[in-house]
Amino acid sequence: MPRYLIRRLGQAVLVVAGVIALTFVIMRLVPGDPAVAYAGPKAGPAELAQARARFGLDDPVWTQLWNYVRDLFSGDWGTSLHTRQPVAHDLATAFPASLELVGAALIVAVLAGVPLGILAARYHTKFPDLSVRLSSMLAVSVPVFWLALAVQTLFASTLGWFPVAGEYDTRLDVTSPLHVYTNITAVDALLTGNWPILTSTLAHLVLPALVVAAYPAGLIAQMTRAALIEETGRDHTRMERALGFGETALLTRFALRPAAAPVLSLIALVFAYAIVNGFLVEAVFNWPGLGRYAADSIRSLDTPAIAGVTLLVALLYVVANLVVDLLQSLIDPRVRTR
Amino acid sequence: MTTVELRGTPLRRVGNLARADVLATVGAVILAVIVLAALLAPWLAPYPADGGSATHPAEALLPPGADHWFGTDQVGRDVFTRILFGARTSLFIAVAVLGLAAVAGVTLGVVAGYAGGVVRDVIMRITDVFLAFPALLLSLALAVVLQPSVTTVIVAIAVTWWPWYARLTASVAQSVAGRGFIDAARCLGVPAPKIVFRHVLPNSLTPVLVQLSLDAGGVILTASALSYLGLGAQEPAAEWGLMVEQGQTLFTTDWWVVTFPGLAILVTAFAFNVLGEGLRAGLDPHRRAR
Amino acid sequence: MTLMRVRDLEVRIGGRTISSVPSLDLGPGECVAIVGESGSGKTTALLATLGLVEGARVSGAVTVCDTDVLTAGPRRLRAIRGARIALVMQSPQAALNPAMRLGTLMRRALARHGVKGPAAKARAADAVAAVLLDEGVLRRYPHQVSGGQAQRFAIALAIALGAEVVVADEPTSALDVTVQAEVVAVLRRLREERGLAVLIVSHDLALVSSIADRVIVMKDGRVVESGPAAAIFAAPADPYTRELVAAVPELPPPYDPASPPASPPASPPASPSASPPASPPRTGGAP
Repeated sequence: MPRYLIRRLGQAVLVVAGVIALTFVIMRLVPGDPAVAYAGPKAGPAELAQARARFGLDDPVWTQLWNYVRDLFSGDWGTSLHTRQPVAHDLATAFPASLELVGAALIVAVLAGVPLGILAARYHTKFPDLSVRLSSMLAVSVPVFWLALAVQTLFASTLGWFPVAGEYDTRLDVTSPLHVYTNITAVDALLTGNWPILTSTLAHLVLPALVVAAYPAGLIAQMTRAALIEETGRDHTRMERALGFGETALLTRFALRPAAAPVLSLIALVFAYAIVNGFLVEAVFNWPGLGRYAADSIRSLDTPAIAGVTLLVALLYVVANLVVDLLQSLIDPRVRTR
Repeated sequence: MTTVELRGTPLRRVGNLARADVLATVGAVILAVIVLAALLAPWLAPYPADGGSATHPAEALLPPGADHWFGTDQVGRDVFTRILFGARTSLFIAVAVLGLAAVAGVTLGVVAGYAGGVVRDVIMRITDVFLAFPALLLSLALAVVLQPSVTTVIVAIAVTWWPWYARLTASVAQSVAGRGFIDAARCLGVPAPKIVFRHVLPNSLTPVLVQLSLDAGGVILTASALSYLGLGAQEPAAEWGLMVEQGQTLFTTDWWVVTFPGLAILVTAFAFNVLGEGLRAGLDPHRRAR
Repeated sequence: MTLMRVRDLEVRIGGRTISSVPSLDLGPGECVAIVGESGSGKTTALLATLGLVEGARVSGAVTVCDTDVLTAGPRRLRAIRGARIALVMQSPQAALNPAMRLGTLMRRALARHGVKGPAAKARAADAVAAVLLDEGVLRRYPHQVSGGQAQRFAIALAIALGAEVVVADEPTSALDVTVQAEVVAVLRRLREERGLAVLIVSHDLALVSSIADRVIVMKDGRVVESGPAAAIFAAPADPYTRELVAAVPELPPPYDPASPPASPPASPPASPSASPPASPPRTGGAP
């Protein structure tokens, strides 16, 4: 097991190095002068030179890359041009909100997708199977920004069942202020027993989380179904059937575990995807996460901020993949000895 | 799993596939309609001029009716017409992205799979790096760097999409390269490029084609999302994502301006997805969804 | 007493008969072998005795421990599967769930048939010992045991659940020769000591001759010859059987149980209700 994990870790380090290099290259391609963007269009030559010196824009490329890497590791992810705050600080405030949204969405996606996949496999080629296939296909085909708009218009603006936008009712900051520990509002509210903010957050979370959940839920249902059908075609299922187990038990008590490996790796893949898909949903529901930060950064051509968001999400993807490999070696004993 | 008889004339093969998978057949039919609509948009559209920059302020925001099946937008353009022209944009983007990505990815993948060793490792690690960026994210970053346009969208998405084909082709090419007849060809002194083109490449194509049809839906969704964010097609172009963006504030009052473009994206992506899924089940039954 | 009784079994797919067995009887401690090349329908016949044939029309009558398998409902079938009639498959490791310790599978199977707690523990220990395995295998995953161990564990499952009939599909063909002997020895011992009835499907005549009392020879879905093993190997009547027997250089001495209580192949227990145990009279060719 250690050997396998050390090799995976080595690969991950290489990928992280590549991710940093690629982010650096993309940001170097930006047309227009970052110094102008920082100092403003009315800045004189002296101010521009000062800005250039500050960002090291006159140094050779290799020096810049080296400085970039060194700064990243010392926690200096640059200064955002539009918030004038350190990017690392901005990300630390925006990311927990995204995590809250995507975390809730993935919980919904797994809770919906896995049982639907089991249902489809149980009644393979019958009506339930066809309906699960159809609905999961629709879920992965729907443009998420449009779904967000439609759901918001229908359930919030028109029917008024849920709040239209935001993370919680900010008026509550006055009546019952929130102590911040993790920056994840729902978690902080729960930890400090702040029920008004907790209920408000959960109410605000329902619609965006459901919208973000649609795509992963569809994928998970499809993958669970396919993996289970493949697993039930194997010899061991026939053996288990010959031991007297019923069709449902064959799926839930026997096939599900060996089938979990592909479903798990899918969830890791989908995690990073859901964060980015969440960007669009955050924009519609005005959720104070990475997506809104990214949108603001794009509008103001805020290179360090965009680089920060890009890098953070790519790193998340690498980490999520590592975690999944670890989990897989726990679930599937064959991986360990590979 | 349903097994499909893959013998007989091409027509019978298609017929067998169609009977085996109703959903995929529905997808194929929808797709045929969309392709026809895209090709014939200038002739099919009731108001061809509305596909571009025409404005009819007097007819702004008319609800769906006999004259305008899907209603009209803020400047009085026929929404149905713009949906038809939007099909051209979406399909063009999908074809261009997948073409670029497939050529780049398959080339690198074949090289990696056939050469093996260090070459393979280097190419696969580069692939991993690109795969770490979700398509929409890298496209966002690139679309900021380049000027917002359809071309930008195509380049940005293609850059994030090629690694899938590289990975897929490399694994197929590797397994093909390990087979007896390739060794035999090598021993007989057949030059490497010839082996690759004659034997390795053709064997890699079926899984790539299946993957292409599966990916087209994802490309259309990503492209429309970029346009929705204002990073893709620009006014007055007819693009579904852009149409949703332009009408989003009107959803409560004039639902048709947003609903129909969104449905167009949904239906197109759905058609590609079910067709790709059916093709995979029919042609490539052993490979699981990734 | 007959544990398994097959009459006019016929399995058809799309009008084509893929397997038909006119008659087969199996009593306690007996072993019948179905012999034939791959595609002869022998595995299908075996699966039919468990009610596990899918996507085909099965007609005739298959009675296992007083249950008519072909007409029984799913609940009844599940109750006898494992507990009365157990399956041993060809590739032993693939037949075990890769993500489950052998002990977990054993525990779940016992619980499924109502044996839990200390009783289950005792049964598992007894069964594992009966197939000459160490109790340590219960903590292993399938990929951590050898093929022979996995195959003997499959037999142990049958013993633990109290199955009276074991149907084995090519139980040794995926194993090394020395390991084959172990598995055969275990099966023979269980026949003699516990009165286990065995229906075995194989193309390996050496194996068959070393364990079976009676033999049914199948070709293209039909029985071409059947009768006592010793007689068939000594003087095959059907040309196809002759070919099969001639292809084996030297057969081991036919099975001859040391203990008299187990019914010897030549002298079946005379019971008025049981059909002639030497199965149907030897037929010269395909019916």
